[in-house]
Amino acid sequence: MAEKYVGQRIKRNEDPRLLTGRALFVDDVELHGMLHAAFLRSDYAHARLVSVDVSAARNRPGVVAVYTAEDLGDLWKPGPLLVPAPHSVENVVFHQRTQVPLAKDKVRYVGEAIAVVFAESRYIAEDALADIWVDYEPLEPVVDMERALDADAPLIHEDLDSNLCAHLAQEKGDYQAAREQADLIVSRRFLVDRGAAGAMENRGVVADWDEKAQHLTVWDTTQAPIPIRNGLAGMLGLSAHQVRVVAPFVGGGFGPKIMMFLSEEVLVPWGSMQFKRPVKWIEDRQENFLATTQERGQVHDAEMALTSDGRILGVRDVFIHDTGAYDPYGMTIPLNTQSHAMGAYDVPNYYTEVKVAFTNKMIVTPVRGAGRPQGIFVAERLLDIAAKELGIDRVGIRRRNLIPPEKFPYNHEIIDQAFAPLVLDSGNYRLALDQAVKRIGYEEFIKDEQPRLRAEGKRVGLGIVVFIETTGIGPYEGARITVETSGKISVATGVGTQGQGHFTSFAQIVADQLGVDVRDVHLVTGDTAEFHWGTGTFASRGAVVAANAIHAAAVAVRAKTLKLASKVLETPEEELELRDGEVRVADIPRQSIGLGELAVLANPLRGAVEPGTEPGLEATDYFGPQYGATANGAQAMIVEVDPETMMIEIKRHVVVEDCGTVLNPLIVEGQVHGGVALGIGNSYYEKLVYDENGQLLNASLADYLIPSATEVPRMEVGHEVTPSPLNPLGSKGAGEAGAIPVPALFAQAIEDALADYDLEVLETPLSPNRLFELLQGKEKAE
Amino acid sequence: MSDLYEVSVTVNGTVYQRSVEPRLLLSDFLRHELGLTGTHVGCEHGVCGACTVLFDGEPVRSCLMFAVQANGHQVSTVEGLGTMEELHPLQQAFWEAHAVQCGFCTPGVLMTLLPFLEENPTPSEEEIREAISGNLCRCTGYQHIVDAVLLAAEKMPSQGDC
Repeated sequence: MAEKYVGQRIKRNEDPRLLTGRALFVDDVELHGMLHAAFLRSDYAHARLVSVDVSAARNRPGVVAVYTAEDLGDLWKPGPLLVPAPHSVENVVFHQRTQVPLAKDKVRYVGEAIAVVFAESRYIAEDALADIWVDYEPLEPVVDMERALDADAPLIHEDLDSNLCAHLAQEKGDYQAAREQADLIVSRRFLVDRGAAGAMENRGVVADWDEKAQHLTVWDTTQAPIPIRNGLAGMLGLSAHQVRVVAPFVGGGFGPKIMMFLSEEVLVPWGSMQFKRPVKWIEDRQENFLATTQERGQVHDAEMALTSDGRILGVRDVFIHDTGAYDPYGMTIPLNTQSHAMGAYDVPNYYTEVKVAFTNKMIVTPVRGAGRPQGIFVAERLLDIAAKELGIDRVGIRRRNLIPPEKFPYNHEIIDQAFAPLVLDSGNYRLALDQAVKRIGYEEFIKDEQPRLRAEGKRVGLGIVVFIETTGIGPYEGARITVETSGKISVATGVGTQGQGHFTSFAQIVADQLGVDVRDVHLVTGDTAEFHWGTGTFASRGAVVAANAIHAAAVAVRAKTLKLASKVLETPEEELELRDGEVRVADIPRQSIGLGELAVLANPLRGAVEPGTEPGLEATDYFGPQYGATANGAQAMIVEVDPETMMIEIKRHVVVEDCGTVLNPLIVEGQVHGGVALGIGNSYYEKLVYDENGQLLNASLADYLIPSATEVPRMEVGHEVTPSPLNPLGSKGAGEAGAIPVPALFAQAIEDALADYDLEVLETPLSPNRLFELLQGKEKAE
Repeated sequence: MSDLYEVSVTVNGTVYQRSVEPRLLLSDFLRHELGLTGTHVGCEHGVCGACTVLFDGEPVRSCLMFAVQANGHQVSTVEGLGTMEELHPLQQAFWEAHAVQCGFCTPGVLMTLLPFLEENPTPSEEEIREAISGNLCRCTGYQHIVDAVLLAAEKMPSQGDC
């Protein structure tokens, strides 16, 4: 079968709707008689709630109800744990403390919801928030994750003995023994601070309880509509069939929009059932900073043991992970960090230990990258420092240590976020590095260009790093594909879409199998009424797990179509082909039947049907990988630092990625560009600044700097393709790769640009200010 | 509750008369009073640019204006550009160049670019980046947007020539 669409740069099916303003986003849902919700949020990071007086708010005209924790009855209980602790690791400690719909007795972060107002308009609902009087008894806030683990730190969850949320140690080989053999040990402390996901669309929920039909419809900016449907049904005492969750067009996800039954997602549907009216809540940008989950805060004490010729003998990484006030997402992020702190390297001995700390800050859940950028930062920084100490070229030391192609599948033995052994399925890591070296002109830059520019007084530096990205984890996704009587194809799958181009890349797979125009494949994602089973769009799994489920269903529909056509055309299946929306006898194209006609024949109104025959040209199938497929890549950049302002200009940025089979290069490149832009933010612009009281000081887009078109450079993207053996399409995920290595890349490039300062970059994000501070007191080497 | 004021606003050539509270944002007026939900709201403090519309031909942040300020004025929104069947050349170029991912920032970017391309029909990449630096996009890294504008500049008839 010729692949007409898969692998091609097809422009997207969904774009005309988005470009003309006709696409439905959650805030576009307008329903008759709709109420609006607004949330009163804590001003304190840590305080006892002495009293909450909502009487004035209740009396405001236009206010329908104001509720506090006391009013919620049985609904008031801690939310679900979305990801349990990894049961397959011995001696894992995990204290489940998930958030409640409204704070009772005490608040644990600035922004925690205390009361909810339901009113006739959003303006009135927000007015009423100012009428609520809260009496707080401030407690000492625990802002710093290291401080949180001190024996005398105030307790955030007072029923625990400490602020330790979780503890997990894993070992591969024998690090201590390796250390004794080493010629060189490099040890450093690395700091990674928090950033925001910063989707352009804030979160939102609209719920509509139909009393007569006893049915709830929820439009939700979620990446995972099916788990949300299942969870809401349970919380609200409904059957899953009474709840429909729709994730329509979603304006960027990046992790926090997996949504996790935070206050709003639970109380808006509940409110609709109370009032038997639709209810809408749309987050504003300040709430997005205070009350949408965040990520990245970790402190690492890491070391690498090497031979004198630069071969890695082992890595040891002991770190603290800041989970914020609650832990609904389990240990996914630190497990990812553990999976990535060996980088793309053949590391025979590894000891990794994490302590997860509760702090009085917003809850931490995955943000694009999800623990991986931190791990890669540790691995790449240690290797850079070792290379310097050993006097080995940084590309050379990488080549020496990359996992060689013959060692795949490569078992790292530790347990990963899917609770399975971390096995890297396939790859040829050297190819990506070599291509990056070539594209950036590494040798020429080091030998000629850099010395020449330095002689002109310019501070230019080059960075080059390699990385892996574990992607495409299970458990499974599914899809149902139907040939309509019009001859067009409809596809339903459970994952949501937030800009990844699923309407197109998934359609390409189906169009190839069924021989139709890609624009005749109509895809529905993220509507639980259309597909019942699945998990969601996260962990760079759409193009792996969902795409392969769609592939499986398409193969099944193709088989059914050929079987029926064979009967109708009285021709063996082997002599038939699917092209241009019809089934043809290969040598006699005039002898054909349209898919629509076949669909009618497959669902007759009269007559007998052969036993065992299913009606229609339709199939549902599922795909669950044995374990996740691991993508890899290399990135290189050339930067110039302005020594006066410490502003950095990225002169060139090269990305080489290997995500296995590429379904649509245009879409993959778009994913890479966006990921890199986030990585640039994470490296030099974006830092959530909390003060000692746990107040977020830069909770606006004016103060928290998301890179704009003038900070993000033109990128040059190259591909390598080593298909994954774990799925029929051979795909690996591509969603997070762009972002993952950028902080490590920036650090190396800045050090190189400021080589005369003997600077070691051991933290991310930097900023012009921070770089200036780091250079203070550094003797400029002669 | 505030008094209501009569406003008459021309949006995409159609005159709309409504009674509104003086505090009603122009963005909310367009979206929730008129149902023109193509204009998106990303920050309500004038930084992200998603709510950009043309106000008497000039790009403005509709979240930083009140509906009453638009009384007697002309507003253009993304709905006034091309249709799904017949895209405006700029929209067509965005489609060709894959300048759209989630599409949330897109209407604001388009409305920012329209007057820019009128003034500067053959912009350089640097000028394009400068022009859209007040529109935040979290998905695309801007590169395909820049490519789309370069493509549109090639294809769009230059108004300065006639």
